[in-house]
Amino acid sequence: MYLTDERNIELQEIANKIRVSIIDALVRAGSGHTAGSLDMTDIFTALYFHTLRHRPEEPHWSERDRLVLSNGHICPVLYAAMAHAGYFPVAELKTLRQFGSRLQGHPHRDFLPMLETSSGPLGSGLSQAVGMALADAMDVGTKSARRIYALLSDGELECGQTWEAAMLAGKNNLANLVAVVDRNNIQIDGYTEEVMPLEPLSDKWRAWNWHVIEIDGHNMEEITDAFEKAKAVLENPTVIIAHTVAGKGVPGFERDYRWHGKPPNKEEASKALGELRTLGGKIKQGE
Amino acid sequence: MLNPDLKLNKKLFDKDVEHAPIRKGFGEGLLLAGENNPQVVGLCADLTESTHMNLFRDKFPNRFIQVGVAEQNLASVASGMASMGKIPFISSYAMFSPGRNWEQIRTTICYNNRPVKIAGSHAGVSVGPDGGTHQAIEDIAITRVIPRMIVISPCDTLEAQRATIASVETGTPVYLRLAREKTPIMTTKETPFEIGKAQTFWQSDNPQVGIIATGALLYKALETAKKLEDEISIEVLNLSTIKPLDEDAIIKLAKKAGRIITIEEHQIAGGMGSAVAECLARNYPVPMEFVGVHDQFGQSGTPDELIEHYGMGTNSIITTVRRILKR
Repeated sequence: MYLTDERNIELQEIANKIRVSIIDALVRAGSGHTAGSLDMTDIFTALYFHTLRHRPEEPHWSERDRLVLSNGHICPVLYAAMAHAGYFPVAELKTLRQFGSRLQGHPHRDFLPMLETSSGPLGSGLSQAVGMALADAMDVGTKSARRIYALLSDGELECGQTWEAAMLAGKNNLANLVAVVDRNNIQIDGYTEEVMPLEPLSDKWRAWNWHVIEIDGHNMEEITDAFEKAKAVLENPTVIIAHTVAGKGVPGFERDYRWHGKPPNKEEASKALGELRTLGGKIKQGE
Repeated sequence: MLNPDLKLNKKLFDKDVEHAPIRKGFGEGLLLAGENNPQVVGLCADLTESTHMNLFRDKFPNRFIQVGVAEQNLASVASGMASMGKIPFISSYAMFSPGRNWEQIRTTICYNNRPVKIAGSHAGVSVGPDGGTHQAIEDIAITRVIPRMIVISPCDTLEAQRATIASVETGTPVYLRLAREKTPIMTTKETPFEIGKAQTFWQSDNPQVGIIATGALLYKALETAKKLEDEISIEVLNLSTIKPLDEDAIIKLAKKAGRIITIEEHQIAGGMGSAVAECLARNYPVPMEFVGVHDQFGQSGTPDELIEHYGMGTNSIITTVRRILKR
C-alpha cells in the first residue's frame, strides 16, 4: 500500500507523538538509550501504523507479521509505538525501567508476553528472525503472507553471529524475511567507522545473497516503499539499510554518539519536548 | 543386589554385556519423537552423523536445518523456530553447544522461555584421542545454573532414547548430555524412566555407603558395589536428571547410608556432586566424597586410560569407598 500525501502527514504526526512519549519516558526513568530510540521512530511508525499485519487487540493472532527487535536497548521506541498503536495504555510508558514494570529496561517476554522476543545482548535477533522465517517456510512456503521483520543496529553488525544468520537466510532464500539496519553510524564508544568500520556495508549483505535497499530512514515515503518493494522480491531475503540521524527530531541530540546510552535530564528534556511539540519552532507550542 | 523392579539388563555383569554409544540413543529417540510429533524439528552445526541426527535428517529432510559451523546461530535460530510452535532439537558437541553458545542459550532460549532441546555429545574425558579441547567437563555446571533448564545425563543408550522422547513434552528447555564411546547397556526397554526421578539400581538392606552416579560411570559404581558386596554394603542411585534434582531420593539415601559418594565424568566444581552437596547441606549433612575431574583439562588417550588417569576408574572408586568409611 503506497502512501497518499494525507497519510504521509498523518504518519509524521504520529511519529512526533511517539518521540514526545520517548523523551517523557526516558526522563522519568532516569536512564536508558535516547539516540537510537529517536532515530528509529519513523521506521517503527511506518511498521506499526502502515506496514505490519497485526491486531493490537489480539496480540497473539497467529497470522500476524513478526517484529523482532534485536538491539533491545532502543525499546523505548518499541514500547511507545506499541502503546500508541493500542497494545497497552500510553500512560503505562511512564513506568519504563521501574521495579515491577511490564516495560523492562531491555524487553522481557515474562513481563510483557505480547513481545515477540526478549532481547538485549546484541547480535542474536537476526538469528531468531531467521528461525521464525524458516519455521514459516516449513509450514506454508517462503511466499507466505506472514512476514518476519528483524530490526538491527549497525553496531551489532560487528557481532559474528549476525553474519552466521545472514549466511543461513541467504542459503535458504528466505523471501519472507526483511532486516532493517539502523545505519546511524554511532555506538557506545564512538562513531562506527572509528570503532570498527562496517563499509562497504551493502556489498557485505549482497555477498550473502540478500537483496539490498538503501533509504533515508526519516522519509516516510521511502520507508513504506521499501517495505512494499521487499514483498516483490521472491528469491532472497531483503535488507533495508536505513540511513538515520542519531537522535533525530531533537537538534541538540542529533549526530552525537554521547546520546547513545544516556537519558536527557529534566532541563534537556523540557527543551527537547518544546522542540518536538513545536516541530522545531514551525508551530506555536500548544497548537 | 540389582533392583528387580527396574527390569535392568540381566547380562549387566557379564563379560559380553552389550555396548552402544549414548549419543546413538539420542539419534534413535529423536527419530521416534519426530514420527510421533510433526512439530519436532532438528538443527545441526555440521556434526549430523556424529550426533546421530542423520537418522532424523534422512527421514524428515524438510524438518532438518543444517546451519554450518555456527553454534551461536544454532541456538538462536532454534529459539525463533520454537516461537512459531516448533519443538527444536539442536545438536553439536557439548564443548560448542552449550559451551560456545552459552549466552545465546541463556538469553534467547531460557530467558526467552522457548522449549529448545540441546543435545551435547562428546561430554567427558572418554571422548579419548581428540584430546582436551573436545572433552566437555564443565557442561553440567554451566547448564544447571540457568533458570528453567532441565539437565539430563543418561546412563546408557536406552535411557538416552527415553530421555529424548520425554523431553519433547516438557515445554521447557532441556539439556541432554551425551557421550561418544560405546558404553555398557544397563537398562532394558522395560526399565521405567521419568524426568526428575532418581532410581536405585543397586539395593542394600543396611547400606554403609550411598553412591550417587550419573552418566556411563554408573556402570563402574555398580561394579564396585558388586565387587565389595561381601565386605561393604553399598546402595547405588542413578541420578540421570540433575535438574530438577530428586531431593527426596537423595535425602532418603543419606539418611539410610550416612555417607555419600558422587561419581560423574565432569569437573567436581559445579557438577552433579555439587548439586547433591547443596541439597544435603541444607537438609541432611553427611560426610561426602566426590569422584570426578579435579580442576584439570583433559588430554589424548584411550577412554579407559583417561578415566583411570583422572581418578574415575573402579579402583579409584573402591579407594574412595574405603576412605569415606573411615570418616
